[in-house]
Amino acid sequence: MILKLHPKRRFKAPVYAECISPDNLNGLSEAEASRLEVWEGNKRRRLGGLFKIELVEESPSSDSDGPTIMLSGDLTKVRRIGAGMSRGCIVVEGNVGMHLGESMKGGTIKVTGNAESWVGCMMEGGLIEVEGSAGDYVGAPYRGSRDGMNGGTIIIHGDAGSEVGCFMRGGLIKVQGNVGQFVGIHMAGGTILVRGDCGGRAGAEMTDGKIILCGHVPSVLPTFTIDDLKSNAKVDGEKIRGPFYRFIGDVAEGGKGRLFVSKPRNPHLAFYEKYL
Amino acid sequence: MSFGEGGIGMALLIRNGIVYDPLNGVDGEVMDIAVEDGRIVEKVDERKAKVIDASGMIVMPGGVDIHCHIAGAEVNAGRLLRPEDHRRDYESKTVLTRSGVGHSVPSTFTTGYRYARMGYTTICNPSMPPLESRHTHEELNDTPMVDKVTFPLLGDWWFVLEYIQKGAIEECASHVAWMIRSTKGYAIKIVNPGGVEAWGFGRNVRDLDDPVPNFGITPREIVRSLCTVNRVLHLPHTIHVHTNRLGQPGNYVTTIETMRCVEDLSTGGKPSIHVTHCLFSAFKGSGWHDMRSGAEEIAKYVNHHSHVTLDLGQIVFTDTTTMTADGPWQYTLYEISGNKWINHDVETETGSGIVPFRYRRKSYVHAVMWSIGLELALLIDDPWRVYLTTDHPNGAPFTTYPRIISWLMSGRVRERILKRVNKRARAKSLLPSIDREYTLREIAIVTRAGQAKALGLEFKGHLGVGADADISIYNIDPRRVDPSRSYREVRRAFEKAAYTIKGGQVVVKDGEVVKPVWGRTLWVDVGLKSPAEVTADMKKRFRDYWTVEFENYIIPRDYLRGSLALRTEAEV
Repeated sequence: MILKLHPKRRFKAPVYAECISPDNLNGLSEAEASRLEVWEGNKRRRLGGLFKIELVEESPSSDSDGPTIMLSGDLTKVRRIGAGMSRGCIVVEGNVGMHLGESMKGGTIKVTGNAESWVGCMMEGGLIEVEGSAGDYVGAPYRGSRDGMNGGTIIIHGDAGSEVGCFMRGGLIKVQGNVGQFVGIHMAGGTILVRGDCGGRAGAEMTDGKIILCGHVPSVLPTFTIDDLKSNAKVDGEKIRGPFYRFIGDVAEGGKGRLFVSKPRNPHLAFYEKYL
Repeated sequence: MSFGEGGIGMALLIRNGIVYDPLNGVDGEVMDIAVEDGRIVEKVDERKAKVIDASGMIVMPGGVDIHCHIAGAEVNAGRLLRPEDHRRDYESKTVLTRSGVGHSVPSTFTTGYRYARMGYTTICNPSMPPLESRHTHEELNDTPMVDKVTFPLLGDWWFVLEYIQKGAIEECASHVAWMIRSTKGYAIKIVNPGGVEAWGFGRNVRDLDDPVPNFGITPREIVRSLCTVNRVLHLPHTIHVHTNRLGQPGNYVTTIETMRCVEDLSTGGKPSIHVTHCLFSAFKGSGWHDMRSGAEEIAKYVNHHSHVTLDLGQIVFTDTTTMTADGPWQYTLYEISGNKWINHDVETETGSGIVPFRYRRKSYVHAVMWSIGLELALLIDDPWRVYLTTDHPNGAPFTTYPRIISWLMSGRVRERILKRVNKRARAKSLLPSIDREYTLREIAIVTRAGQAKALGLEFKGHLGVGADADISIYNIDPRRVDPSRSYREVRRAFEKAAYTIKGGQVVVKDGEVVKPVWGRTLWVDVGLKSPAEVTADMKKRFRDYWTVEFENYIIPRDYLRGSLALRTEAEV
């Protein structure tokens, strides 16, 4: 069975809809699902009041074992979709709002459009794939907390904003496009791969983990020390073609994080080679 | 909303409760308690009184907390530092109560409600930099349900240090009296004497005899002088001391030395020093690797000397926020945890630091600390001189008190927890060798009667005729329940008071606030023989060194929402 949700109108205020996850909707009828509670701004609403809900027979080609939720329409104001989910699959056709897959433990979320900030914040497992771009704080913890993403995979096919993987402790983030400043800030574990360019200040205050930057980098923080020149880097078994400068840092934090920066795309960093 | 002393013209009769009132020697007797006009009376007219049936429940005086950081600039900075703490724990608005947030640093209203729900009616905010007293009183004004008391920090206050340097104890005493009245304080708080001043120059003092930079006096002189001042002024409480070298392995020697240094200043068998959050001052060893418990030595000293009272500062394995005026210790905590850190130098007065911290079962040091607190409580024979606190929020939030009560009352639960802590710490813990389990009478002492006595609050902490009608009733029947076995039941009962009565009014019923009241702020008005003069020199110094004008420094009496001054007559 596939549960299809479509907004009945354009939302002006943010809608907090953490009930939209396979864990909550599994086995519910349309009527039961429409009674679930959501908040629109400061108003308590029913899911059925905001969304058109439709339960359709499973298509025979579907091979996922969990129930599938399909969302379509303008969802940029809808937040916390798939929060805490542990199984199943959510497909979003279009753009989606903040806190997608917050504290997610398993299962899959696929977005065909763009996602706002805080994709996969505090994520523990599972997979989030965004075909468009994502906002800031991908995989970050809640404000003030140090418990960032701890497992799972986030794949962004477009660009991502600032502070990707903030306080990340484990798992994998892949960004095919460009990222903003402070990628991997406070990172303590896990891997971040950026295929495009980076806005700078990569790995600030990182203590461990791996960041691979395949594109242009304005500069490397002075608290990183060059360690080696590597022909390849490895991400999750996949070999990424280099050559890369490998830096260790952030030394100001006594860190031993590894920062790989593409050599061919960053000729202005060639002066580091004399310190090797 | 009334001040909680209200209840005028109202009569209450608490029927058939099992009463624990240690100050009046009542130990679990079934009796009636009568209340009229906010005070305990001999008897009331049964036809007019509201009757509460407390049969099968225990009745105790309202809880008193001698040491909890609940208001002021430091606590508020802690709130700003910890949005993630608020996210985990919030309360919605109800018809009667306001909304609020915070697990370890709750907002003011929530603090008041949560204390009242546990049956507490009087609490002490122990560290108020004099400069921040206005802020502190504004927050205390907004902390409902309980009576409040606050201690100004005077151990590193420049004027005091200068008077001590000159050896002018009488002048120092009149100055302290003036300070306590100006800040609407209650007792002299001393934090890491000399060390906080030294921290202003990036240093700390090594022990009790290490001179304070720029002043040349030693922490020993500061403690002794202020203890003498305290005696001269006849303040109701003793000096309230956070010892030097707090949190450093091997510091139990300094703690005992600090207690010893005021041994001769006790008169008539009365205590002369209160050592606060003693757990953090009872470490043995030369470093973190071989850190051990010094509880046995401290307990031995306390058992043989009557001039010391102390509170535990018990830790609980949870996520909390540490905050103290002891700047150098907070820097150490920051270095250990690598967590976010606020460091603050309160002009010429004191310092402060804040670091979020998580106590972990599996950490050797944390498990040893957990054990130290309980060892202190169980090895000190006289419950009148050791009090239950967590140094909220340093060891744990105050909402964990019921849990600690159940630990003190049950060896079984201690054993259970011990099984789950760090192995090395377990092997070294003294707890398996201690059979003592607190009785309800002893719990009543360490959570209310003893604390009220130490604070010199004569009208609190007991249920004698004339006392404030601050009463808590818990739904647990000691004839039916064995606290040693049913520790969960004990914990549940103390978490949600069946009734909390504040000033003769029922403010909490079945763990829910039914009548919000403001509560008052108590302060000491010291009567001097010759009133303290505010010299032109002092005013000039305020102009030169303080960001606050002298005229704005003094807190007027009507600035407190419910002001209650306790008058004492000084010797000078």
